[in-house]
Amino acid sequence: MSAGTHSPPSLPPSPPPLLSARGLGKRYGARWACRDVGFDLWPGEVLAVVGESGSGKTTLLNLLAQRVPPDAGTVRYALRDDAGGTAAVDLATLSEQRRRTLARTDWGFVEQHARDGLRMTVSAGANVAERLMALGASHYGRLRATACDWMSRVELDPGRVDDTPERFSGGMQQRLQIARNLVTGPRLVFMDEPTSGLDVSVQARLLDLLRSLVDDLGLSCVIVTHDLAVARLLAQRMLVMKDGAVVEQGLTDRVLDDPQHPYTQLLVTSVLQP
Amino acid sequence: MSAAPTAEGYTFAFLDEQTKRHVRRAILKAVAIPGHQVPFGSREMPLPYGWGTGGIQVTAAIIGREDVLKVIDQGSDDTVNAVNIRRFFARTTGVATTTRTADATLIQTRHRIPERPLRDGQIMVFQVPQPEPLFRLEPRRAETARLHALADYGLMSVRLYEDIAHLGAIAATYDYPVRVDGRYLMSPSPIPKFDNPKLHRSPALQLFGAGREKRIHAIPPYTTVESLAFEDHPFEVQRWPQACALCAATDSFLDELIVDDAGTRRHVCSDSDHCRERREAGHVGSDGSA
Repeated sequence: MSAGTHSPPSLPPSPPPLLSARGLGKRYGARWACRDVGFDLWPGEVLAVVGESGSGKTTLLNLLAQRVPPDAGTVRYALRDDAGGTAAVDLATLSEQRRRTLARTDWGFVEQHARDGLRMTVSAGANVAERLMALGASHYGRLRATACDWMSRVELDPGRVDDTPERFSGGMQQRLQIARNLVTGPRLVFMDEPTSGLDVSVQARLLDLLRSLVDDLGLSCVIVTHDLAVARLLAQRMLVMKDGAVVEQGLTDRVLDDPQHPYTQLLVTSVLQP
Repeated sequence: MSAAPTAEGYTFAFLDEQTKRHVRRAILKAVAIPGHQVPFGSREMPLPYGWGTGGIQVTAAIIGREDVLKVIDQGSDDTVNAVNIRRFFARTTGVATTTRTADATLIQTRHRIPERPLRDGQIMVFQVPQPEPLFRLEPRRAETARLHALADYGLMSVRLYEDIAHLGAIAATYDYPVRVDGRYLMSPSPIPKFDNPKLHRSPALQLFGAGREKRIHAIPPYTTVESLAFEDHPFEVQRWPQACALCAATDSFLDELIVDDAGTRRHVCSDSDHCRERREAGHVGSDGSA
Protein backbone atom coordinates (compact mmCIF):
# COMPACT_ATOMS: atom_id res chain seq x y z
CA MET A 1 0.00 0.00 0.00
CA SER A 2 1.41 3.38 -0.91
CA ALA A 3 1.17 6.49 1.22
CA GLY A 4 -1.88 8.69 0.86
CA THR A 5 -4.21 6.11 -0.60
CA HIS A 6 -6.88 4.06 1.01
CA SER A 7 -9.68 1.97 -0.44
CA PRO A 8 -12.56 1.06 1.88
CA PRO A 9 -13.21 -2.63 2.36
CA SER A 10 -15.66 -3.90 -0.24
CA LEU A 11 -18.76 -4.67 1.80
CA PRO A 12 -21.79 -5.61 -0.30
CA PRO A 13 -24.45 -2.82 0.18
CA SER A 14 -22.37 0.26 0.83
CA PRO A 15 -24.37 3.34 1.90
CA PRO A 16 -23.41 6.64 0.29
CA PRO A 17 -20.83 8.69 2.22
CA LEU A 18 -22.20 11.15 4.75
CA LEU A 19 -19.60 13.78 4.08
CA SER A 20 -17.12 13.97 1.27
CA ALA A 21 -14.42 16.53 0.72
CA ARG A 22 -12.64 17.01 -2.59
CA GLY A 23 -9.62 19.20 -3.22
CA LEU A 24 -10.45 21.28 -0.15
CA GLY A 25 -8.13 24.20 0.54
CA LYS A 26 -7.90 27.44 2.48
CA ARG A 27 -5.35 30.14 1.95
CA TYR A 28 -4.32 32.93 4.30
CA GLY A 29 -2.47 35.43 2.15
CA ALA A 30 -0.01 33.46 0.03
CA ARG A 31 0.19 30.58 2.48
CA TRP A 32 -2.10 27.59 2.19
CA ALA A 33 -3.24 26.66 5.69
CA CYS A 34 -4.84 23.57 4.30
CA ARG A 35 -4.50 22.24 0.78
CA ASP A 36 -6.01 19.62 -1.48
CA VAL A 37 -7.71 17.56 1.19
CA GLY A 38 -10.04 14.84 -0.02
CA PHE A 39 -11.77 12.04 1.89
CA ASP A 40 -15.13 10.37 2.44
CA LEU A 41 -16.75 9.96 5.83
CA TRP A 42 -19.21 7.10 6.06
CA PRO A 43 -22.27 6.96 8.33
CA GLY A 44 -21.30 5.82 11.83
CA GLU A 45 -17.61 6.28 11.20
CA VAL A 46 -15.18 8.17 13.39
CA LEU A 47 -12.34 9.89 11.59
CA ALA A 48 -9.39 11.32 13.47
CA VAL A 49 -7.32 14.15 12.05
CA VAL A 50 -3.87 14.17 13.63
CA GLY A 51 -0.81 16.28 13.09
CA GLU A 52 1.38 18.72 14.91
CA SER A 53 0.41 22.20 15.93
CA GLY A 54 0.03 24.46 12.87
CA SER A 55 -0.50 21.61 10.42
CA GLY A 56 -3.96 22.86 9.40
CA LYS A 57 -6.11 20.46 11.43
CA THR A 58 -8.40 23.08 12.89
CA THR A 59 -8.62 24.94 9.59
CA LEU A 60 -9.74 21.71 7.97
CA LEU A 61 -12.36 21.22 10.66
CA ASN A 62 -13.65 24.76 10.21
CA LEU A 63 -13.82 24.24 6.46
CA LEU A 64 -15.79 21.04 6.88
CA ALA A 65 -18.17 22.63 9.37
CA GLN A 66 -18.67 25.59 7.00
CA ARG A 67 -17.34 28.04 9.52
CA VAL A 68 -14.90 29.50 7.01
CA PRO A 69 -15.42 29.61 3.26
CA PRO A 70 -12.98 27.44 1.28
CA ASP A 71 -10.63 28.92 -1.33
CA ALA A 72 -10.64 25.67 -3.26
CA GLY A 73 -12.59 22.45 -3.41
CA THR A 74 -16.00 21.33 -2.27
CA VAL A 75 -17.68 19.64 0.68
CA ARG A 76 -20.70 17.49 -0.07
CA TYR A 77 -23.05 16.31 2.64
CA ALA A 78 -25.86 13.76 2.54
CA LEU A 79 -28.76 16.02 3.55
CA ARG A 80 -31.89 14.39 4.88
CA ASP A 81 -34.78 15.09 2.54
CA ASP A 82 -38.50 15.10 3.30
CA ALA A 83 -39.00 11.60 1.94
CA GLY A 84 -36.72 10.19 4.66
CA GLY A 85 -33.85 9.48 2.30
CA THR A 86 -30.70 11.45 1.79
CA ALA A 87 -29.31 13.46 -1.10
CA ALA A 88 -25.74 14.66 -1.38
CA VAL A 89 -25.49 18.42 -1.83
CA ASP A 90 -22.61 20.82 -2.17
CA LEU A 91 -22.71 22.76 1.10
CA ALA A 92 -21.46 25.93 -0.55
CA THR A 93 -24.70 26.11 -2.53
CA LEU A 94 -26.91 26.17 0.56
CA SER A 95 -28.26 29.46 1.87
CA GLU A 96 -26.85 30.77 5.12
CA GLN A 97 -30.16 29.96 6.77
CA ARG A 98 -30.07 26.32 5.62
CA ARG A 99 -26.46 25.99 6.78
CA ARG A 100 -27.30 27.43 10.16
CA THR A 101 -30.26 25.09 10.59
CA LEU A 102 -28.08 22.19 9.53
CA ALA A 103 -25.36 23.22 11.97
CA ARG A 104 -27.72 23.29 14.91
CA THR A 105 -29.83 20.25 14.14
CA ASP A 106 -27.94 17.62 12.17
CA TRP A 107 -24.46 18.63 13.31
CA GLY A 108 -22.64 19.28 16.53
CA PHE A 109 -19.44 21.17 17.12
CA VAL A 110 -17.47 20.49 20.28
CA GLU A 111 -14.95 23.25 20.84
CA GLN A 112 -11.53 22.72 22.31
CA HIS A 113 -12.32 25.12 25.13
CA ALA A 114 -15.74 24.45 26.62
CA ARG A 115 -16.07 28.17 27.34
CA ASP A 116 -16.27 28.86 23.61
CA GLY A 117 -19.10 26.42 23.09
CA LEU A 118 -21.15 27.19 26.18
CA ARG A 119 -22.99 30.22 27.46
CA MET A 120 -21.13 30.64 30.71
CA THR A 121 -23.63 32.99 32.33
CA VAL A 122 -26.79 30.95 31.89
CA SER A 123 -27.70 27.73 33.65
CA ALA A 124 -26.63 24.29 32.48
CA GLY A 125 -30.27 23.50 31.71
CA ALA A 126 -30.62 26.49 29.40
CA ASN A 127 -27.35 25.57 27.71
CA VAL A 128 -28.61 22.12 26.87
CA ALA A 129 -32.09 23.30 25.91
CA GLU A 130 -30.99 26.22 23.75
CA ARG A 131 -30.92 24.34 20.46
CA LEU A 132 -34.35 22.91 21.10
CA MET A 133 -35.74 26.34 21.92
CA ALA A 134 -34.21 27.80 18.77
CA LEU A 135 -36.12 25.12 16.88
CA GLY A 136 -39.35 26.21 18.49
CA ALA A 137 -39.78 23.93 21.52
CA SER A 138 -41.77 25.97 24.02
CA HIS A 139 -42.77 23.70 26.88
CA TYR A 140 -40.63 24.60 29.88
CA GLY A 141 -41.28 21.39 31.80
CA ARG A 142 -40.33 19.16 28.87
CA LEU A 143 -37.26 21.24 28.02
CA ARG A 144 -36.06 20.94 31.57
CA ALA A 145 -36.73 17.22 31.67
CA THR A 146 -34.77 16.79 28.43
CA ALA A 147 -31.91 18.84 29.89
CA CYS A 148 -31.83 16.69 33.04
CA ASP A 149 -31.94 13.52 30.96
CA TRP A 150 -29.00 14.64 28.85
CA MET A 151 -27.05 15.72 31.89
CA SER A 152 -27.34 12.26 33.36
CA ARG A 153 -26.40 10.70 30.02
CA VAL A 154 -23.11 12.59 30.10
CA GLU A 155 -22.64 11.67 33.75
CA LEU A 156 -23.46 15.07 35.21
CA ASP A 157 -25.62 15.39 38.30
CA PRO A 158 -29.08 16.51 37.08
CA GLY A 159 -29.48 18.22 40.43
CA ARG A 160 -27.11 20.89 39.14
CA VAL A 161 -29.32 21.79 36.19
CA ASP A 162 -29.73 25.35 37.46
CA ASP A 163 -26.03 25.98 38.12
CA THR A 164 -24.08 28.02 35.62
CA PRO A 165 -21.17 26.30 33.83
CA GLU A 166 -18.89 28.79 35.60
CA ARG A 167 -19.28 26.60 38.66
CA PHE A 168 -18.43 23.36 36.84
CA SER A 169 -14.97 21.86 36.57
CA GLY A 170 -13.23 21.71 33.19
CA GLY A 171 -14.20 18.10 32.55
CA MET A 172 -17.79 18.77 33.55
CA GLN A 173 -17.93 21.78 31.25
CA GLN A 174 -16.69 19.63 28.39
CA ARG A 175 -19.36 17.01 29.08
CA LEU A 176 -22.00 19.71 29.28
CA GLN A 177 -20.83 21.01 25.92
CA ILE A 178 -21.22 17.54 24.48
CA ALA A 179 -24.74 17.23 25.88
CA ARG A 180 -25.64 20.63 24.44
CA ASN A 181 -24.53 19.44 21.01
CA LEU A 182 -26.18 16.04 21.09
CA VAL A 183 -29.60 17.14 22.29
CA THR A 184 -30.99 17.52 18.76
CA GLY A 185 -29.83 14.04 17.74
CA PRO A 186 -27.18 15.08 15.21
CA ARG A 187 -25.72 12.60 12.72
CA LEU A 188 -22.33 14.30 12.48
CA VAL A 189 -20.24 15.82 15.24
CA PHE A 190 -17.06 17.83 14.76
CA MET A 191 -14.70 17.85 17.69
CA ASP A 192 -11.68 20.09 18.07
CA GLU A 193 -9.28 18.53 20.57
CA PRO A 194 -12.10 17.68 22.99
CA THR A 195 -9.81 16.17 25.60
CA SER A 196 -6.85 18.53 25.61
CA GLY A 197 -6.57 20.71 28.66
CA LEU A 198 -8.04 18.04 30.90
CA ASP A 199 -6.01 15.96 33.29
CA VAL A 200 -5.37 12.35 32.40
CA SER A 201 -7.97 10.61 34.55
CA VAL A 202 -10.66 13.06 33.41
CA GLN A 203 -9.52 12.52 29.82
CA ALA A 204 -9.95 8.80 30.21
CA ARG A 205 -13.49 9.16 31.54
CA LEU A 206 -14.41 11.60 28.80
CA LEU A 207 -13.01 9.29 26.12
CA ASP A 208 -14.96 6.42 27.61
CA LEU A 209 -18.11 8.51 27.55
CA LEU A 210 -17.50 9.65 23.99
CA ARG A 211 -16.92 6.12 22.83
CA SER A 212 -20.14 4.84 24.34
CA LEU A 213 -22.15 7.81 23.02
CA VAL A 214 -20.75 7.33 19.53
CA ASP A 215 -21.62 3.63 19.67
CA ASP A 216 -25.10 4.11 21.14
CA LEU A 217 -26.14 6.92 18.84
CA GLY A 218 -24.39 5.73 15.69
CA LEU A 219 -22.71 9.12 15.35
CA SER A 220 -20.26 10.03 12.67
CA CYS A 221 -17.41 12.13 14.00
CA VAL A 222 -14.49 14.11 12.75
CA ILE A 223 -12.09 14.50 15.67
CA VAL A 224 -9.12 16.78 15.50
CA THR A 225 -6.45 15.74 17.96
CA HIS A 226 -2.73 15.74 18.46
CA ASP A 227 -3.04 12.80 20.82
CA LEU A 228 -2.53 9.51 19.01
CA ALA A 229 -4.07 7.61 21.93
CA VAL A 230 -7.35 9.45 21.40
CA ALA A 231 -7.25 8.49 17.74
CA ARG A 232 -6.48 4.87 18.57
CA LEU A 233 -9.32 4.67 21.08
CA LEU A 234 -12.10 6.40 19.15
CA ALA A 235 -11.36 6.44 15.44
CA GLN A 236 -11.68 3.78 12.81
CA ARG A 237 -9.77 5.82 10.31
CA MET A 238 -7.31 8.66 10.46
CA LEU A 239 -5.75 11.42 8.41
CA VAL A 240 -2.24 12.58 9.15
CA MET A 241 -1.60 16.22 8.27
CA LYS A 242 1.61 18.13 7.85
CA ASP A 243 2.04 21.68 6.56
CA GLY A 244 -1.58 21.86 5.45
CA ALA A 245 -1.56 18.66 3.42
CA VAL A 246 -2.68 15.13 4.17
CA VAL A 247 0.46 12.98 4.10
CA GLU A 248 -1.15 9.70 4.99
CA GLN A 249 -4.61 8.29 5.57
CA GLY A 250 -5.94 4.86 6.36
CA LEU A 251 -7.34 2.60 9.03
CA THR A 252 -6.18 3.76 12.44
CA ASP A 253 -4.52 0.50 13.43
CA ARG A 254 -2.75 0.26 10.10
CA VAL A 255 -1.45 3.84 10.25
CA LEU A 256 -0.32 3.56 13.85
CA ASP A 257 1.19 0.06 13.60
CA ASP A 258 2.65 0.38 10.15
CA PRO A 259 3.23 4.06 9.37
CA GLN A 260 4.36 4.64 5.78
CA HIS A 261 5.18 8.31 5.58
CA PRO A 262 8.36 9.47 7.35
CA TYR A 263 6.42 12.14 9.21
CA THR A 264 3.91 9.61 10.51
CA GLN A 265 6.75 7.36 11.58
CA LEU A 266 8.23 10.27 13.48
CA LEU A 267 4.86 11.06 15.07
CA VAL A 268 4.31 7.47 16.18
CA THR A 269 7.76 7.10 17.65
CA SER A 270 7.52 10.44 19.48
CA VAL A 271 4.82 9.21 21.83
CA LEU A 272 6.08 9.01 25.38
CA GLN A 273 5.71 5.70 27.09
CA PRO A 274 5.38 5.90 30.87
CA MET B 1 -57.91 72.99 24.40
CA SER B 2 -56.99 75.80 22.03
CA ALA B 3 -53.62 75.88 20.33
CA ALA B 4 -51.06 78.56 21.11
CA PRO B 5 -50.06 80.83 18.23
CA THR B 6 -47.46 79.22 15.97
CA ALA B 7 -43.87 80.18 16.69
CA GLU B 8 -42.33 82.30 13.93
CA GLY B 9 -39.27 81.32 11.96
CA TYR B 10 -39.85 77.58 12.13
CA THR B 11 -41.08 75.15 9.52
CA PHE B 12 -44.35 73.39 10.21
CA ALA B 13 -43.58 70.80 12.95
CA PHE B 14 -40.00 72.06 13.39
CA LEU B 15 -38.23 69.58 11.06
CA ASP B 16 -37.45 70.74 7.53
CA GLU B 17 -39.41 69.18 4.70
CA GLN B 18 -36.52 67.02 3.44
CA THR B 19 -36.04 65.48 6.86
CA LYS B 20 -39.73 64.80 7.26
CA ARG B 21 -39.78 63.11 3.87
CA HIS B 22 -36.79 61.01 4.91
CA VAL B 23 -38.45 59.95 8.17
CA ARG B 24 -41.69 59.17 6.33
CA ARG B 25 -39.80 56.89 3.95
CA ALA B 26 -38.37 55.01 6.93
CA ILE B 27 -41.88 54.79 8.42
CA LEU B 28 -43.31 53.41 5.17
CA LYS B 29 -40.63 50.76 5.08
CA ALA B 30 -41.24 49.92 8.74
CA VAL B 31 -44.95 49.54 8.10
CA ALA B 32 -44.23 47.30 5.13
CA ILE B 33 -42.09 44.97 7.26
CA PRO B 34 -43.92 44.76 10.59
CA GLY B 35 -41.56 44.60 13.55
CA HIS B 36 -38.38 45.16 11.51
CA GLN B 37 -36.09 47.94 12.71
CA VAL B 38 -35.47 50.45 9.95
CA PRO B 39 -32.43 52.72 10.36
CA PHE B 40 -33.00 56.42 9.78
CA GLY B 41 -30.98 59.61 10.02
CA SER B 42 -32.07 60.77 13.42
CA ARG B 43 -31.73 64.56 13.88
CA GLU B 44 -30.77 66.66 16.85
CA MET B 45 -33.98 67.75 18.51
CA PRO B 46 -34.44 70.51 21.07
CA LEU B 47 -34.71 68.00 23.90
CA PRO B 48 -32.23 65.51 25.30
CA TYR B 49 -31.92 61.88 24.23
CA GLY B 50 -34.06 59.75 26.46
CA TRP B 51 -36.85 62.31 26.52
CA GLY B 52 -38.53 61.16 23.36
CA THR B 53 -36.38 62.39 20.46
CA GLY B 54 -37.40 59.39 18.36
CA GLY B 55 -41.11 59.73 19.06
CA ILE B 56 -41.04 63.47 18.45
CA GLN B 57 -39.39 63.03 15.03
CA VAL B 58 -41.96 60.43 14.00
CA THR B 59 -44.77 62.70 15.16
CA ALA B 60 -43.23 65.70 13.37
CA ALA B 61 -42.96 63.69 10.15
CA ILE B 62 -46.58 62.58 10.05
CA ILE B 63 -48.56 65.33 11.81
CA GLY B 64 -51.00 67.24 9.61
CA ARG B 65 -52.96 70.43 10.12
CA GLU B 66 -56.19 68.49 10.73
CA ASP B 67 -54.68 66.25 13.41
CA VAL B 68 -55.66 66.38 17.06
CA LEU B 69 -52.64 65.57 19.20
CA LYS B 70 -52.52 63.90 22.59
CA VAL B 71 -49.25 63.31 24.45
CA ILE B 72 -48.98 61.05 27.45
CA ASP B 73 -46.14 60.12 29.75
CA GLN B 74 -46.66 57.17 32.11
CA GLY B 75 -50.36 57.33 31.21
CA SER B 76 -50.74 60.90 32.33
CA ASP B 77 -51.29 64.02 30.23
CA ASP B 78 -49.87 66.43 32.77
CA THR B 79 -46.37 65.18 33.52
CA VAL B 80 -43.37 67.25 32.44
CA ASN B 81 -42.48 65.25 29.34
CA ALA B 82 -46.07 65.19 28.09
CA VAL B 83 -46.72 68.86 28.75
CA ASN B 84 -43.54 69.96 27.02
CA ILE B 85 -43.93 67.84 23.91
CA ARG B 86 -47.57 68.85 23.58
CA ARG B 87 -46.65 72.52 23.87
CA PHE B 88 -43.78 72.05 21.42
CA PHE B 89 -46.13 70.78 18.73
CA ALA B 90 -48.82 73.32 19.58
CA ARG B 91 -46.26 76.08 19.04
CA THR B 92 -44.59 74.69 15.92
CA THR B 93 -47.71 73.44 14.12
CA GLY B 94 -50.71 75.17 15.63
CA VAL B 95 -52.68 71.91 15.55
CA ALA B 96 -55.35 71.24 18.13
CA THR B 97 -54.28 69.30 21.21
CA THR B 98 -56.38 67.29 23.58
CA THR B 99 -56.09 65.10 26.63
CA ARG B 100 -59.03 62.94 25.57
CA THR B 101 -58.08 59.65 23.97
CA ALA B 102 -61.41 59.50 22.15
CA ASP B 103 -60.83 62.83 20.41
CA ALA B 104 -57.19 62.37 19.44
CA THR B 105 -56.06 61.29 15.98
CA LEU B 106 -52.39 61.15 16.90
CA ILE B 107 -51.15 60.01 20.31
CA GLN B 108 -47.50 60.21 21.28
CA THR B 109 -46.77 58.10 24.31
CA ARG B 110 -44.09 57.11 26.73
CA HIS B 111 -44.67 53.92 28.74
CA ARG B 112 -48.42 53.39 28.24
CA ILE B 113 -51.15 52.60 25.76
CA PRO B 114 -54.45 54.25 26.72
CA GLU B 115 -56.99 52.05 28.46
CA ARG B 116 -59.77 53.12 26.10
CA PRO B 117 -59.64 50.86 23.03
CA LEU B 118 -58.15 52.63 20.04
CA ARG B 119 -60.11 52.97 16.84
CA ASP B 120 -59.51 52.95 13.10
CA GLY B 121 -57.60 55.98 11.91
CA GLN B 122 -55.79 56.71 15.14
CA ILE B 123 -52.01 56.60 15.20
CA MET B 124 -49.93 55.73 18.26
CA VAL B 125 -46.33 57.00 18.37
CA PHE B 126 -44.09 55.34 20.96
CA GLN B 127 -40.89 56.80 22.37
CA VAL B 128 -38.37 53.98 22.38
CA PRO B 129 -35.10 54.02 24.32
CA GLN B 130 -33.76 50.68 23.04
CA PRO B 131 -35.36 49.14 19.95
CA GLU B 132 -33.21 46.00 19.93
CA PRO B 133 -34.89 43.20 21.93
CA LEU B 134 -31.68 41.14 21.91
CA PHE B 135 -29.63 44.07 23.20
CA ARG B 136 -28.76 42.65 26.61
CA LEU B 137 -28.21 39.17 25.23
CA GLU B 138 -25.99 39.84 22.22
CA PRO B 139 -23.89 43.00 22.26
CA ARG B 140 -22.84 42.92 18.57
CA ARG B 141 -25.21 44.83 16.29
CA ALA B 142 -24.04 42.94 13.21
CA GLU B 143 -24.82 39.67 14.95
CA THR B 144 -28.28 40.74 16.12
CA ALA B 145 -29.06 41.87 12.57
CA ARG B 146 -28.09 38.39 11.37
CA LEU B 147 -30.20 36.75 14.06
CA HIS B 148 -33.19 38.82 12.97
CA ALA B 149 -32.55 38.02 9.33
CA LEU B 150 -32.49 34.31 10.08
CA ALA B 151 -35.32 34.55 12.63
CA ASP B 152 -32.96 32.83 15.08
CA TYR B 153 -34.51 33.74 18.42
CA GLY B 154 -33.26 30.93 20.64
CA LEU B 155 -31.37 33.53 22.69
CA MET B 156 -34.54 35.20 23.89
CA SER B 157 -36.00 31.82 24.83
CA VAL B 158 -32.84 31.17 26.85
CA ARG B 159 -33.47 34.38 28.78
CA LEU B 160 -37.07 33.42 29.52
CA TYR B 161 -35.97 29.89 30.47
CA GLU B 162 -33.46 31.35 32.91
CA ASP B 163 -36.10 33.53 34.51
CA ILE B 164 -38.31 30.53 35.18
CA ALA B 165 -35.41 28.36 36.35
CA HIS B 166 -34.25 30.93 38.90
CA LEU B 167 -37.36 32.92 39.75
CA GLY B 168 -40.21 30.56 38.98
CA ALA B 169 -41.80 32.96 36.50
CA ILE B 170 -40.84 35.17 33.58
CA ALA B 171 -39.53 38.24 35.33
CA ALA B 172 -39.94 40.87 32.62
CA THR B 173 -42.76 43.23 33.59
CA TYR B 174 -42.14 45.94 31.02
CA ASP B 175 -40.59 45.92 27.55
CA TYR B 176 -41.81 42.35 27.36
CA PRO B 177 -40.63 40.81 24.05
CA VAL B 178 -43.21 40.15 21.35
CA ARG B 179 -43.23 38.37 18.02
CA VAL B 180 -44.84 40.52 15.31
CA ASP B 181 -46.79 38.86 12.51
CA GLY B 182 -45.13 35.54 13.37
CA ARG B 183 -41.81 36.84 12.11
CA TYR B 184 -39.80 39.58 13.82
CA LEU B 185 -38.96 39.68 17.48
CA MET B 186 -39.74 43.19 18.66
CA SER B 187 -39.22 45.28 21.74
CA PRO B 188 -42.50 47.09 22.43
CA SER B 189 -40.70 50.00 24.19
CA PRO B 190 -40.99 50.20 27.97
CA ILE B 191 -44.75 49.73 28.11
CA PRO B 192 -45.82 47.47 30.99
CA LYS B 193 -46.62 43.95 29.88
CA PHE B 194 -50.16 44.87 30.97
CA ASP B 195 -50.41 46.76 27.66
CA ASN B 196 -48.99 43.99 25.46
CA PRO B 197 -52.42 42.51 24.64
CA LYS B 198 -53.47 45.93 23.35
CA LEU B 199 -50.78 45.72 20.65
CA HIS B 200 -52.40 42.59 19.22
CA ARG B 201 -54.68 43.30 16.25
CA SER B 202 -55.05 46.93 17.24
CA PRO B 203 -57.11 48.99 14.76
CA ALA B 204 -54.63 51.85 15.22
CA LEU B 205 -51.33 52.22 13.36
CA GLN B 206 -48.50 51.90 15.89
CA LEU B 207 -45.15 53.56 15.17
CA PHE B 208 -42.03 53.26 17.32
CA GLY B 209 -39.23 55.83 17.12
CA ALA B 210 -35.83 55.50 18.79
CA GLY B 211 -33.88 58.75 18.38
CA ARG B 212 -30.56 57.92 19.95
CA GLU B 213 -30.51 54.44 18.41
CA LYS B 214 -31.72 55.83 15.06
CA ARG B 215 -34.31 53.15 14.39
CA ILE B 216 -37.99 53.13 13.51
CA HIS B 217 -40.23 50.11 13.68
CA ALA B 218 -43.96 49.72 13.28
CA ILE B 219 -47.00 47.54 13.76
CA PRO B 220 -49.61 48.12 11.04
CA PRO B 221 -53.28 47.96 12.05
CA TYR B 222 -54.74 44.51 12.70
CA THR B 223 -51.37 42.78 12.92
CA THR B 224 -50.83 39.69 15.05
CA VAL B 225 -48.62 40.48 18.03
CA GLU B 226 -47.78 37.58 20.29
CA SER B 227 -46.07 37.91 23.66
CA LEU B 228 -43.41 35.23 24.08
CA ALA B 229 -44.03 32.56 26.69
CA PHE B 230 -43.77 28.86 27.36
CA GLU B 231 -46.73 26.53 26.89
CA ASP B 232 -46.69 25.63 30.57
CA HIS B 233 -45.87 29.19 31.70
CA PRO B 234 -48.30 31.25 29.64
CA PHE B 235 -48.15 35.02 29.31
CA GLU B 236 -50.09 36.84 32.01
CA VAL B 237 -50.67 40.52 32.72
CA GLN B 238 -50.41 42.20 36.09
CA ARG B 239 -53.50 42.30 38.34
CA TRP B 240 -54.07 44.32 41.49
CA PRO B 241 -56.16 43.34 44.50
CA GLN B 242 -57.00 47.05 44.94
CA ALA B 243 -59.35 49.21 42.91
CA CYS B 244 -58.58 52.75 41.78
CA ALA B 245 -59.10 55.10 44.73
CA LEU B 246 -60.65 57.73 42.47
CA CYS B 247 -62.81 55.83 40.00
CA ALA B 248 -63.02 52.31 41.49
CA ALA B 249 -61.69 50.73 38.28
CA THR B 250 -60.46 47.18 38.83
CA ASP B 251 -59.35 46.47 35.27
CA SER B 252 -56.90 49.30 34.62
CA PHE B 253 -53.17 49.69 35.22
CA LEU B 254 -52.74 51.16 38.71
CA ASP B 255 -49.98 53.37 40.10
CA GLU B 256 -49.16 52.95 43.77
CA LEU B 257 -48.66 56.30 45.46
CA ILE B 258 -47.41 57.05 48.95
CA VAL B 259 -49.47 60.02 50.04
CA ASP B 260 -48.20 61.02 53.47
CA ASP B 261 -45.26 60.63 55.85
CA ALA B 262 -46.95 57.70 57.59
CA GLY B 263 -46.62 55.57 54.47
CA THR B 264 -50.28 55.54 53.54
CA ARG B 265 -50.63 54.01 50.10
CA ARG B 266 -53.19 54.75 47.47
CA HIS B 267 -53.71 53.10 44.11
CA VAL B 268 -54.94 55.21 41.24
CA CYS B 269 -55.31 54.67 37.51
CA SER B 270 -52.13 55.38 35.59
CA ASP B 271 -54.23 56.53 32.61
CA SER B 272 -55.53 59.88 33.88
CA ASP B 273 -57.93 60.37 30.96
CA HIS B 274 -59.49 56.95 31.51
CA CYS B 275 -59.92 57.77 35.21
CA ARG B 276 -61.55 61.11 34.38
CA GLU B 277 -63.98 59.45 31.94
CA ARG B 278 -65.03 56.95 34.58
CA ARG B 279 -65.50 59.58 37.26
CA GLU B 280 -67.60 61.66 34.86
CA ALA B 281 -69.68 58.56 34.23
CA GLY B 282 -70.43 58.42 37.96
CA HIS B 283 -67.95 55.87 39.26
CA VAL B 284 -66.67 56.81 42.70
CA GLY B 285 -63.66 55.24 44.39
CA SER B 286 -62.77 54.84 48.05
CA ASP B 287 -61.57 58.46 48.19
CA GLY B 288 -65.17 59.50 47.72
CA SER B 289 -64.57 62.89 46.13
CA ALA B 290 -65.46 62.36 42.48
